Amino acid sequence: MNQTLTIQKERLGTYLNQSFIEVGRATEFAIRFFKEAIRPPYEFKELLKQCYLIGYKSLPLVTITGFIMGLVLTLQSRPTLAEFGAESWLPSMVALSLIREIAPVITALICAGKVASGIGAELGSMKVTEQIDAMEVSAINPFKYLVVTRIMATTLMIPLLVIYADGIGIVGGYMGINIHGDVNVVRYLSQVIESITFLDIFPATIKTFFFGYFIGMIGCYKGYNAENGTESVGKAANSAVVTASLTIFIIDMIAVQVTDLFF
Amino acid sequence: MEKNYTLQNSNPVIEIKDLHKSFGTNEVLKGVTFNLNKGENLVVLGKSGSGKSITIKCIVGLIKIDSGIITVFNQEINSLEIDELNKIRTRIGFLFQNAALYDSMSVRENLSFTLRRHDTTLSGDAINEHVLEVLESVGLKEAIDKMPSELSGGMRKRIGLARTLILKPEIILYDEPTTGLDTITSREISELILELRQKNKTSSIIITHDMPCARLTSDRIVILKEGVIHVEGTYDELEKSEDEWVRSFFI
Repeated sequence: MNQTLTIQKERLGTYLNQSFIEVGRATEFAIRFFKEAIRPPYEFKELLKQCYLIGYKSLPLVTITGFIMGLVLTLQSRPTLAEFGAESWLPSMVALSLIREIAPVITALICAGKVASGIGAELGSMKVTEQIDAMEVSAINPFKYLVVTRIMATTLMIPLLVIYADGIGIVGGYMGINIHGDVNVVRYLSQVIESITFLDIFPATIKTFFFGYFIGMIGCYKGYNAENGTESVGKAANSAVVTASLTIFIIDMIAVQVTDLFF
Repeated sequence: MEKNYTLQNSNPVIEIKDLHKSFGTNEVLKGVTFNLNKGENLVVLGKSGSGKSITIKCIVGLIKIDSGIITVFNQEINSLEIDELNKIRTRIGFLFQNAALYDSMSVRENLSFTLRRHDTTLSGDAINEHVLEVLESVGLKEAIDKMPSELSGGMRKRIGLARTLILKPEIILYDEPTTGLDTITSREISELILELRQKNKTSSIIITHDMPCARLTSDRIVILKEGVIHVEGTYDELEKSEDEWVRSFFI
């Protein structure tokens, strides 16, 4: 009994120890990003390419999910609001839910799945096939070329994708309302605009920069530190999605608390 | 013990003294010491896992050493700042075992990528001219717009070699340049190594298990055993070695 307890304690100790080491390494990686990002030369061309790949190439996915978010939210909320005779609040409720919470979190999760896994697999594959080493021995800074550009691109593109998803979600909401009724588009939009204030948009947009930064950071960290062997490429991609998704929820929770405190 | 071989008027471009490297409890290098002389082709032999690749990765600072001294062009690698180390790296070419071509870039981009970053004054036309010139030197001018996935093993090695040549290195480190290739292609790569040495006056360290390649390319051979240099000499000397273990490489 005592022996089992000791073994379990040792396992817990090892796990905690490894977890702290991992957090330390990730922090070091994050600090290196800021150091390398401000130091010239800058890889503008690669940054633009990554913005295109991460932003533009994610548009179809974000369009579909954004539209469905708005549509489903409207259809699901309508009966409850109708029960209280508050059906006319539907446009405001849908817009506020989308902008404050649903669009940022769902879009970030979709991007964690698509972008973080893509970055993790790409860098992981480059690591195991010695392409990153090849850059280093050619006196090219692989961290600056591969990591800095990708993290910057996700930090810039995720907020834009979320704003786009907000818009598409509102369109989806309009379609949802018109399945069971007939609401004029001008009236719908004016109700939406009237209900949204700066304090709804500002904190929600700020948190999306953090979502973007962490999606890029985690994807790059997992890929860049993949150990030798093709198996580690899959592990890096998988681990990037899981960690990035979890981090999005943690950031969202912190962001809600901070918003409550200051706004 | 084998006779020590030294080039006349030897002028070392790489000096390795008492190099130690461990990975956890596994001590791979236990005091490796050898020199690479200017203009020389040095072949490193040894069993798989004996630390040959690790040794050349230590030379370019890809792997941090535990102790010992590595001097390249009279500069101690371990004490250099990254910018100084990068200056040395531009004078060393490294051919990876699997060529390590950037698979998202075409052959042209693989070659121009490095050049563009080291000489920002070069125009697009001048870069193109350089790329064509090195591709011609490895006999693969026609592959310029191909992607790495479209190339055969031998072609990948040649393009990898072209990429190392683009910065006109004074030293080239070859990590198993003929592994995985058929006999004819292996011979072509070995001849290319000799041709490039003659043309560019480079010094090279060649890690290989391919004895025809070692015979063709080597001026001198060192054999790693249990983390140290067990023996050194010319191909002919080592082939006739009294040490049975050494002779077993040449059968």
